Amino acid sequence: MSTFIEHLRVLRATLLRLLLTPNATLLNVLIIGIALSLPVGGYVILKSVQSLTGQLTGTPQISVFIKVGTGDGEVSRIGDKLKQNTKIKRIEFVPRDVAFKKLQQSTELSDVIGDLSQNPLPDAYIVYPKATDATAMESLRDELATWTQFDHVQLDSAWVHRLEAIVEFCRLAVAILAGLLSFTLVAITFNTIRLQILTRREEIEVSKLIGATDAFIRRPFLYFGLIQGLLGGIAAWLIVSGSIFLLNHYLGDLASVYASEFRLLSLSAADSATLLGFSAYLGWLGAWFSVSQHLWKIEPH
Amino acid sequence: MIQFNQVYKRYPGGHEALKDLSFEISEGEMVYLSGHSGAGKSTLLKLIAAIERPTSGSVLVKGQNIRSIKREAIPALRRNIGLIFQDHKLLFDRSAFDNVMLPLQIGGFDHREAAKRARAALDKVGLLAREKANPISLSGGEQQRLCIARAIVNRPAILLADEPTGNLDSEYANEIMQIFKSFHQVGVTLIISTHAESVLTQFPARELHLKQGALL
Repeated sequence: MSTFIEHLRVLRATLLRLLLTPNATLLNVLIIGIALSLPVGGYVILKSVQSLTGQLTGTPQISVFIKVGTGDGEVSRIGDKLKQNTKIKRIEFVPRDVAFKKLQQSTELSDVIGDLSQNPLPDAYIVYPKATDATAMESLRDELATWTQFDHVQLDSAWVHRLEAIVEFCRLAVAILAGLLSFTLVAITFNTIRLQILTRREEIEVSKLIGATDAFIRRPFLYFGLIQGLLGGIAAWLIVSGSIFLLNHYLGDLASVYASEFRLLSLSAADSATLLGFSAYLGWLGAWFSVSQHLWKIEPH
Repeated sequence: MIQFNQVYKRYPGGHEALKDLSFEISEGEMVYLSGHSGAGKSTLLKLIAAIERPTSGSVLVKGQNIRSIKREAIPALRRNIGLIFQDHKLLFDRSAFDNVMLPLQIGGFDHREAAKRARAALDKVGLLAREKANPISLSGGEQQRLCIARAIVNRPAILLADEPTGNLDSEYANEIMQIFKSFHQVGVTLIISTHAESVLTQFPARELHLKQGALL
């Protein structure tokens, strides 16, 4: 008659059933939470690394090193010539003295540099091109390499491409992990529901005898799977968010040593909703498999 | 209401439980099913409730043929049939009241309406004061009455009782038969299986006597 009220009744009964066996419930929820937190954690790390490479590829640059011994007048003429190139947006001059001082200040190398009697570094320009895609940058590098005034021309984005390839590889690994652990969640729910069906065999039989439909009998088990999955998802969310909080605290110290702003990104609202929705769905799915496997075997006789 | 035509029931393994049964029970009738244990009384009741299907012949219940009824149609059929079991089949994980509520939850009744009906049914069998009790704490006669309350709570047109007085002394048996009589008076079709002579003589009604699966 009133299906909504019936669903509310089943929901209430399911929550009571979960509370009735708090230890078993907690254990299942934790197992699901831990299983889910692994791929979600991997996803968070990947997303953070990607945002880092995104920042770097946002300012791709080419460094050109002028031959040592070139006079100041010649160096500034080279600068003007670079500015006139239509493929170049802007340039930045790094005088050899400034570069040498920076190198001397850098912690690990100061001992080695301190022994040097003269500055071995060349003057350099950092070139920011207008077109920043890989092919355009490579052709500009090749063009600049033909200039005889330059000792060396270096495209600084190559390592970014390499990093992106690694990130892509890791993403695949996380996807495989997510697939396997999702299966674990389904399997855990499958088994929990199987045990429940066995212990509630009598109730199922009696219900069938007094006219319960299959949907009526299935409903509490599906709700159980759904809620258990959802709780597991919440546990995973707490595990991941807690870990991000702790790790960021530590990363703050670590990153400052490397003069980096690297931080793990926290789960966005959309990420969180996807996690909870997906875990609830997997719980439901495990329950559904279990119910369709086991329920038909119980017939009154 | 219920019609058997040349019904045979053979169980896997070859045991022939029912042989060539043909009879009719009209609406509002009260009928006894008598015979020794093993004569096929329980099998006959199971056919009416679609718990078993006939091997051949047709069993019509309210116009539906049990031999060919679809699985999905069975719940609706059973909601029109109140089943009373010798072993009660009560659920011991809930109170007497919740046992009686079960058919109403299955029927999708509004909770308040259902609670009202459940209390009325408990009152009818004299168990209203015990609604909170766990059925395991009830006596055999009380458990049987609770089973009856559950069977009648959604007001089925047909009541099937399998040896309802089987394990009870005559005083309890009489109480139960009085309850059945009152249902008969309000037009419920009743089929009661029994092998107790005292019941048959005290509350006379039409009798179908089974012997080794056949009608005598």
